Amino acid sequence: MARRDTPEINAGSMADIAFLLLIFFLVTTTMDIDTGISRKLPEKQPEDVEPPVLKMKNVFEVNINRRNEILVEGDQYMQIEELREAAKKFIDNGGGTAEALANENLKVCSWCEGAKDPESSDHPKKAIISLQSDRGTSYATYIAVQNELVGAYNELRDRYANKKYGRDFDKLTSEQQKEIKTEIYPQIISEAEPTK
Amino acid sequence: MSKFKKKKKGMPGISTASLPDIVFMLLFFFMVTTVMRETEMKIKKPQLPKATEVQKLEKKSLVSYIYVGKSKDGSVKGDQIQLNDKVSSVDQVPAFIFQVRSKHSESDIPKLTTSIKADVDANVGTITDIKQKLRDVNALKINYSTLKGSAFDNLKN
Repeated sequence: MARRDTPEINAGSMADIAFLLLIFFLVTTTMDIDTGISRKLPEKQPEDVEPPVLKMKNVFEVNINRRNEILVEGDQYMQIEELREAAKKFIDNGGGTAEALANENLKVCSWCEGAKDPESSDHPKKAIISLQSDRGTSYATYIAVQNELVGAYNELRDRYANKKYGRDFDKLTSEQQKEIKTEIYPQIISEAEPTK
Repeated sequence: MSKFKKKKKGMPGISTASLPDIVFMLLFFFMVTTVMRETEMKIKKPQLPKATEVQKLEKKSLVSYIYVGKSKDGSVKGDQIQLNDKVSSVDQVPAFIFQVRSKHSESDIPKLTTSIKADVDANVGTITDIKQKLRDVNALKINYSTLKGSAFDNLKN
C-alpha cells in the first residue's frame, strides 16, 4: 500500500493576511507622545497661616484680565511677546547689596547679568513671579503666559549652564541640574486665586 | 551541437519567500507600539494650545487625564469636564483621583500626574476649579497638555 503523504498547507497567502493586519495596525497606531507644561501645585495651607511678608520689589506681578490683556507690575500694559524679556530682566537683576543679603544667608548674585537696579529683585532666589488671572481669561492666553514665564527661567538656566559647563541645561548631569534648579535660578511662580 | 546551445539568459525573479517574515516583523512592531484609545470622547475633542517650553510625559501608566472642552452638540453652554468615560462636574474630581490611586501601589502615588487636556477656548475659571479640587486631595503634580509650537499662535484666532 502506498503511503499517503499529508499534503502541505499552502502558505502563499500568508503574506496577504499579514499585510492586511499590518495595514490595520498602521492605521490605528497613534504615535503621539504627550507633551505639556509641567507644574507643581502648592500644598494646601491651613486657613490661619499668615502669608510671609515680601518686599514688593522682589515680586513681579503679572495680571491677565478677562479680555486677555496683560498688566505687569500694576502699571505696565504689555504684549505677550515682551513678557519673556521683562521676566528675565526681573529675575536676573541681582540688585541686592552684600550687607542686605547677608541677613538672609545669601551672597551677592555673581552670575546675574542684569541691571543691578536697587528697585528690582535682590537675588534670583528671592525673586517671585506672581500670576493672577481672571476666571474669564481664555486658556490660550493663560498657557501662553505660563509658557513665557517658564521660558524665561529656561533661557537663564541655559545661559548659566553654557557659561559654567559649556553645555545646555538639559545635557547636564542630574546633580548639576539640581544645583541650578535650587541654588542658581529656582523657579518661583506663584499663582493667586483668580478674580471673579 | 545542442550541447553547446547557449542558455537563454533572463532576469532571475526576485524571491518573495521572505516577504511574510518581513511583513510579520513590521506587524509585530506595530502591534506592540499601538495604544488603543481607552476613553471615548463624550465632549468635543479639545483643541490643545501650543507651547514651546514643553516636557515629555513619561510613564504613561502613571498619568491620568482630565478633559475640558465644549459639549459635543453645543447644547450646553460653557466648559464641560470629562473624567474617564463620563461628562462630570468638578465635584467628582476627588473621587476620580481616589479611583486612580486605588489602582496603583502605595509607592507610586506621589508620582501620579494629572494631565489637563483643555481646549484653547476654555476659561481659566474651570481650570482653577479643577486645580483647587486637586489640591484638596493632594494630587499636586499636574501637566497642562500642549502641542509643540509657538505659543503666540494660540492668540491669533
